Amino acid sequence: MNFIQAFKMALMSILSNKLRSLLTMLGIIIGVTAVIALVALGQGATKSVTEQVESLGTNLLTVNILGRGTTSTLKVTEAVAIADKVEGIKYIAPANSQSTSVKYGTNTKTVSIVGTNADYALVKDYKVATGRFLAQIDLDVYQKVAVIGSTTATDLFGFGSPLGEYILIQGTRFKVVGVLEEKGDSTTGSNDEVVMIPETSAERLFKSKGVRTIYVQAETPEVIDSVVTGLEAELSDHFRGNTDSYRVFNQSDALSALTSVSDTLTLALAGIAGISLLVGGIGIMNIMLVSVTERTREIGIRKAIGAKKRDILIQFLIESMMLSGLGGVLGIGIGIGAAKGASTVFNMDIQFSINIIMVAFFFSVFIGVLFGMFPANKAAKLKPIDALRYE
Amino acid sequence: MTTLAKVEPLIRIKELSKQYRMGGETLNALDKVSLTVEKGDFLAIIGPSGSGKSTLMNVIGCLDAPTSGEYWLDGAEVSRLKENKLADIRNQKIGFIFQGFNLLTKLTAIENVELPLIYRGIPAKQRKQQAIEALKKVGLEERIHHRPVELSGGQQQRVAIARALAGNPPILLADEPTGALDTKTGKEVMGFIKELNALGHTIILITHDIEISHQAKRVVKIMDGKLNEEGGGQDELHTSI
Repeated sequence: MNFIQAFKMALMSILSNKLRSLLTMLGIIIGVTAVIALVALGQGATKSVTEQVESLGTNLLTVNILGRGTTSTLKVTEAVAIADKVEGIKYIAPANSQSTSVKYGTNTKTVSIVGTNADYALVKDYKVATGRFLAQIDLDVYQKVAVIGSTTATDLFGFGSPLGEYILIQGTRFKVVGVLEEKGDSTTGSNDEVVMIPETSAERLFKSKGVRTIYVQAETPEVIDSVVTGLEAELSDHFRGNTDSYRVFNQSDALSALTSVSDTLTLALAGIAGISLLVGGIGIMNIMLVSVTERTREIGIRKAIGAKKRDILIQFLIESMMLSGLGGVLGIGIGIGAAKGASTVFNMDIQFSINIIMVAFFFSVFIGVLFGMFPANKAAKLKPIDALRYE
Repeated sequence: MTTLAKVEPLIRIKELSKQYRMGGETLNALDKVSLTVEKGDFLAIIGPSGSGKSTLMNVIGCLDAPTSGEYWLDGAEVSRLKENKLADIRNQKIGFIFQGFNLLTKLTAIENVELPLIYRGIPAKQRKQQAIEALKKVGLEERIHHRPVELSGGQQQRVAIARALAGNPPILLADEPTGALDTKTGKEVMGFIKELNALGHTIILITHDIEISHQAKRVVKIMDGKLNEEGGGQDELHTSI
């Protein structure tokens, strides 16, 4: 007996009892639906989290200098010089920030003052709306110029143009040379309530020597690790092996932590759904056992006219495999529909992966084979005389 | 060799015994039975229920293996064969005609007739052709796509006969073929079986009905697991070996 014939027989048997077949498949259908829908939602969530973190810049590194007392902290020139020593650094921006009040006329606002250099805008992805950003020359000559965030601009100047106006920071006059575009909020607070001044001027203003933070952007996310190693080597050199004096934070570490969390979640969801698949398989085994008993006479007839053990085994195995496979296909269809429905109703991101769909399908077929084995074997082992005598 | 093959009978059973163990007691269903069936023969095995005729039929039909003795079928010893080999023998050498027809109710007439050919591995086209031919022989070519429930008892039995004929086996084994039919259709079916014998098919008929057994060329009686040739007696039976 060939396989095409066996498939035909199995199909005929499934179709001859549609309601029962459907009910038998239900467990598998629900299981596969759950797998497909939950994994799609889980992977969608992972994707949106990843995108959010990536928008912060995956090739961004933050170096915090703790120093050993005020004297031995890193100088700006030393900080910038690191860029030449470590390979793969695209931008490097030292920053000293302090929260303090800014005054223009009678308006006073408490904002974050950042003393930094020209690269800061590039590293932090700020765009200048009007005017210009800080330049290296501003640092060199201790210029008292400021670039202000969009919120700061409207808070202090209303609808007037801030360009060329002077603001007071801790009593010192700074000329506004640029206004930034709106950037929105991030986890570290508002990005628009800032005032940026040259690093050197900030040191003077705050009466603190050295750099507290360095933002480093690597050329590509791939070289991040080597940049981290290079930075650590340089800093270790500078602080004479005192590794407590500095910290290098890797943005991609945060990313991988987040993705591993949501991956675990997806796996847990898939596991729960997989259990329901297993339960579906037991349902199939149950019905197949009933079916074997019901069809004992048929098995006897088939054996009497020449069916071998193998023929009967294959017949029942293919039948249970087809039941579960068909359930799998239906489950995939319903699962995709359910995930799409859920994503529109709850406004969630979904992502289908062909791998998961294939795995779900083949797993359901495998379940059919696994749980069909016992009933099929039972059928194949029937003795023809006993089976023929069965009423 | 050809002359040797000619003298070899289709079925040669020698001192065949079948014992069942039932609750510690051994039951001799067949007790040293010897029987020879020539090609083209029409043999009726008659006996009351419990006489061992069903056991004999099962052994002849290769559905069951004997406890001891020899069974030569079409020139081959089959009494010690394994289940899969027996399935092959059943498929190729024996056509079964059962009392209760034993058709698969979900299949149409032609699908039922095709079944033994499927297990023989004959390609679909040839299979269909052979099945239609067999159904033509029993006069049911008009009803090949009917299911058993849409056919009368006589027609169902004719489908069963077509199924037995489809693979062109050397032996037709009929177990009470008229048992589930009324007298008139029973007669029709018997007439049909006789016709098949006249066409050269070897037929073994198992029945408890003396009248039906008289339609056979040769009658063998079975009682308590022992065989007796009716009329001829034991001696003749042995001489034919």
